[in-house]
Amino acid sequence: MTSTPLVVLENVNKHFGDLHVLRDINLTVNSGEVVVVIGPSGSGKSTLCRTINRLETIDSGEIRLDDQPLPAEGRALARLRSDVGMVFQSFNLFAHKTVLQNVTLGPMKVLRKPRGEAEAHAMELLDRVRIGNQAQKYPAQLSGGQQQRVAIARALAMSPKVILFDEPTSALDPEMVQEVLDVMTDLAKDGMTMVVVTHEMGFARRAANRVVFMADGEIVEENTPDEFFTNPRSERAQDFLSKILTH
Amino acid sequence: MEAFLSNIDRVVDGFSWTVRLTLLSALFSFILGILLTAMRVSPVPLLRGLSTAYVEGIRNTPLTLVLLFCGLGLNSALGLSFADTVATDVFWWAVIGLSAYTSCFVSESLRSGINTIPLGQVEAARSLGLTFTQNLRMIVIPQALRTVVGPLGSVLIALTKNTTVASVAGLGVQEASRQMKLMFDQGIAPVLPTFVGFAIGFLILTLPMGYFFGWLSKRVAVVR
Repeated sequence: MTSTPLVVLENVNKHFGDLHVLRDINLTVNSGEVVVVIGPSGSGKSTLCRTINRLETIDSGEIRLDDQPLPAEGRALARLRSDVGMVFQSFNLFAHKTVLQNVTLGPMKVLRKPRGEAEAHAMELLDRVRIGNQAQKYPAQLSGGQQQRVAIARALAMSPKVILFDEPTSALDPEMVQEVLDVMTDLAKDGMTMVVVTHEMGFARRAANRVVFMADGEIVEENTPDEFFTNPRSERAQDFLSKILTH
Repeated sequence: MEAFLSNIDRVVDGFSWTVRLTLLSALFSFILGILLTAMRVSPVPLLRGLSTAYVEGIRNTPLTLVLLFCGLGLNSALGLSFADTVATDVFWWAVIGLSAYTSCFVSESLRSGINTIPLGQVEAARSLGLTFTQNLRMIVIPQALRTVVGPLGSVLIALTKNTTVASVAGLGVQEASRQMKLMFDQGIAPVLPTFVGFAIGFLILTLPMGYFFGWLSKRVAVVR
């Protein structure tokens, strides 16, 4: 597969005060690739994910999307963000808008699509995440799993080049995790470029092209899921896997 | 009571000015309040500073002083005026003073409403590519307003009663309290019934406001 680099991070460093949360991060995500980022809490994986659409700024290094460096602010940054979808741990749906309005807001206000077109596309996407019959409800009327699927549809509605998932199932009741992972697996199969921060090892094995293991702000290991899970090279990865896979 | 009722047309006229002062000042202070809040949360330090200085400055100045400044300072001393007739002129200066003062309280209420909106929603809007102003207009302000309908009701009630300060501060708008005072001065109304009558007049104006805003705040509440 000859794939082109879509997201490139070069020597990225970030501090929160004295804490060095990202240490010399180098990472390339190719177009159509699914990269799963795992690691213990506090390893910097969420921060890494959030730097890609500049919800977190970086102290040094460079991040490029489609060969363009990330703009610092203003309209250029807004335009970049419209190309990068984001799905959050806590869903973050707009509480005062219906499901349908949540999905059409970006296309109508940012991409300037006419309402009819935006709504038709939104309904298609809501059907795709199997929630089309809830379009007129408000977020608070839905379960966590349903809200997260709406959030995925909202991200898809912008036809982004890449979608970032920041622990999308961590806030869900156990019985709702699967419905969200199913939708994500479908997306991966359809060739969507995805960066997924998660603790779901089953999903990583099944859907990832590559697993990135982080600890203490560093990328410790990068490998195919098969290799990583059966034959981790670093001690820290072996230790991490032994802790989560033994029970 | 009869003497009071026989002057009822003057009472009604007084309250009609009270209502006019209230409505116009409410409108302007609402608009200015939103603007001040937008400045207060903006990423531009200069705008934030200006808004903070204005709100803290005016909010902590007695309304009487604000209105005196408008009437004696700007209008009389500096000769700034809106209209040729004194009555119209003082009316608009009263509206300006009341709006300048009340907008601070609108802004502070609204800001407390903004603080109830989860940061995640703002980040979600940003990640869709909404600009700062779009974010404010479509996500932040609409939800903030809904959460502070109750407090804004209280601000409106306070404003209604504050219109009485206009005449005390030398802006001789013929609003209800000035009418009352004139009726006393001219000796055409017995004191106690007139007091009670005007007090009831204010109750008739403000009590429904309180109930209406209470009802409205439940009606538009955002369920989370």
